[in-house]
Amino acid sequence: MTINTLTPAGVQREQMPCLTKMERVIVSMQDPDMGIKMRNQRLLITVIPHAMTGRDIVDWLIQKYSITEEEALHTGNFLVKYGYIYPLKEPRNLCLKQDETPYRFQTPYYWISTRWPASELDYAIYLARKNIRKQGELIEYEKECYNALHKRINHTWDFVVMQAREQLRASKQRRKSDRIVLECQEQAFWLINRPPPGVMDILEEGPERRNGANTRVQLNVEFYKKEIEHNRKSLGRNRIKSSICLESFVKYCEQYQDHDPIMQGCLPSNPWITDDIMYWNMNAEMVPMPTKLRVERWTFSFMELLNDPLGKKELLTYLEKEFSAENLLFWQACEEVRHGEASKIAEKVDEVYKQFLAPGASRWVNIDSKTMEKTLQGIKHPHRFVMDDAQMHIYFLMKKDSYPRYLKSELYKNLLARAVVPQETKKSVFPFMRRQRHSSPSPALVTQTAEDNGKAQPNTGKTNTGTAAQI
Amino acid sequence: MGEMEQLRKEAESLKDEITAARKAVQDATLQDTVSGTVVVSRVQLKTRKTLRGHLAKIYAMHWSTDSKLCVSASQDGKLIVWDSYTTNKVNAIPLKSSWVMTCSYAPSGNMVACGGLDNMCSIYNLKAKDGNVKVMRELAAHTGYLSCCRFLSDAEIITSSGDCTCVLWDIETGTQKTVFAGHTGDCMSLAVPLDFKTFISGACDFTAKLWDIREGQCRQTFSGHESDINAIAFFPNGNAVITGSDDATCKLYDLRADQELITYQDSSIMCGVTSIAPSLSGRLILAGYDDFNCNIWDSLKAERVGVLAGHDNRVSCIGVTADGMACCTGSWDSFLKIWN
Repeated sequence: MTINTLTPAGVQREQMPCLTKMERVIVSMQDPDMGIKMRNQRLLITVIPHAMTGRDIVDWLIQKYSITEEEALHTGNFLVKYGYIYPLKEPRNLCLKQDETPYRFQTPYYWISTRWPASELDYAIYLARKNIRKQGELIEYEKECYNALHKRINHTWDFVVMQAREQLRASKQRRKSDRIVLECQEQAFWLINRPPPGVMDILEEGPERRNGANTRVQLNVEFYKKEIEHNRKSLGRNRIKSSICLESFVKYCEQYQDHDPIMQGCLPSNPWITDDIMYWNMNAEMVPMPTKLRVERWTFSFMELLNDPLGKKELLTYLEKEFSAENLLFWQACEEVRHGEASKIAEKVDEVYKQFLAPGASRWVNIDSKTMEKTLQGIKHPHRFVMDDAQMHIYFLMKKDSYPRYLKSELYKNLLARAVVPQETKKSVFPFMRRQRHSSPSPALVTQTAEDNGKAQPNTGKTNTGTAAQI
Repeated sequence: MGEMEQLRKEAESLKDEITAARKAVQDATLQDTVSGTVVVSRVQLKTRKTLRGHLAKIYAMHWSTDSKLCVSASQDGKLIVWDSYTTNKVNAIPLKSSWVMTCSYAPSGNMVACGGLDNMCSIYNLKAKDGNVKVMRELAAHTGYLSCCRFLSDAEIITSSGDCTCVLWDIETGTQKTVFAGHTGDCMSLAVPLDFKTFISGACDFTAKLWDIREGQCRQTFSGHESDINAIAFFPNGNAVITGSDDATCKLYDLRADQELITYQDSSIMCGVTSIAPSLSGRLILAGYDDFNCNIWDSLKAERVGVLAGHDNRVSCIGVTADGMACCTGSWDSFLKIWN
């Protein structure tokens, strides 16, 4: 799917696969039997042979590839933007118009793929020729380019001017229609390769992207060796019985059922339904009095308590009373090391060491000697995960000891008793103020109507309509 | 090629042994286990809000952790941050490349990321001092399209790509920290659990892999799908993974039993799954399909209990808020709908 740009060797083969595809389309467009029917176009008083209208192009694309008009226009636009077809009337407007606007095929000599990259010398000669032929014919940006080139390749400027003069002389000997054609072709070529400011440069590579072709996964010896190692490890793992796992899902769903607003609704009311945001206000991060459901949720698991900022605060208060607050603070500090900015890791690790691990630290945490030794070693070369083992140790300590005791404590029980059970918001008194809702139909009904309707007309999508409203 | 054949045979025989070991722990069927569970009554969700503003197909959306803001990416070249409750557009970020396939909201709410056929993950800072949303980093190293990206924090992000790898990036320096290679097909999606120590990826090689972030290794591989896995998510308890695939089924893989436990399929559904999201309790699984609908599955009974029908084109993305209040669907019809 990606457009290949630079190969590892650095050779420019820019967008070649896409270009070759476009070229195939162009070639079949020019097929004498199946291609687009050409006609003569009048440009002012001169007749230009072998031209076609925008409509011809779109129609041909639709017919040949069995695509929609939108897609044909889109594809045709690509062909124009990449210079394979150029407009005769407004050459600077590189887009496909689906009307009688005349277009012509670009000669393969001027295709991007054949003449890439366009050389500075050629551009200089082109501009010089334009300048000589008619003074002041160069437009703003062309003048700037001309001057810049004049400075840059000043050493060959005589050659440039000489070439320009030669080409002008040769062109005077051609028939007028041929001359116009050649000029149009060249102009189209330069419009693509040196676009005016503000116009999208379709040859722009964008930031450097590497070629994907060489990095596809190879099914070779290396790969299979890795597979075998992975499989061996996998074989050795401990697998829990499916009955236990399924039971745990059942329990989990049951436990959280009351907390699942989509299934059970919520008190005081679902803000999405009643436009009343009291639920969110009552359950904001830090409220003076939390709801009962929220406090109950802390009993589900230790992580639930830690994930709720209010719960964490309560736990800290409790631990302070027990003189073991340093555990939670240490855990918190380790989280910050783990998830914070990489540049601050060393600094943070140092802080943690000073506060929690150094002998005589103000908040010394009690870790077993093996883990402590490993951690102290690791601190010499701090990285994001250096505190993991110590953090785990303290986490399990809290989980096994402090957490169950907190749940049994007076502090928690009091909070639970005082916790709010919100009143259900009274339903709106005026039914006509309720917004129109469109319910989702029963699955059985959806399949039924799909069968009945066969090819039902698609909705315009302007309103909130569901598929079946006749229930 | 004698050596390679031998190695291949050895890998295959080990795979067979693993299959046998997995079968050995299958001591209960789903039906038996959930026979006592209360049946979920038919779930009827209604569209509460429609977010209009995109001009082309929406390819991805992601909720912020505050459950009100969300970000959506569309191929009209815009990333829009919505206040979904008021339906206001908080930010409309124009993208350099319009071929965007994924977007993500940072848990802190300070950044959003997106990427697609430009092979890069672009990170935008939403809270810049001057108020303008600007590109903060462009993470370029993938050799294939970016299919999914998820923030671990303001400092790290994981991306999955069409070059068959997933990469962990350090956002500050814009460099690759770890490359997770092992899939043999395009990685299509990834999901990160609450503890941020592992992540799962689903790929076009029909497998899902669980990776250890710290070690950079694949810990477990789950197979069973018969086609590309397009969507993947963690079951809320963190012990299982749900996947959605082009073979029109969703599967639940348990991490501890190391195998597929439940399949969500119906003979009337013949189109691929594009996106998947569990409700807060995990009892409901919402899955978006190619046939313009979303089906709601009872995760325990493996039955369909509802449909979200309201889009006029393929549902490309789905997400449930962190507080479980609402779900959002994004579609190729250029609208996002909030359901409840």
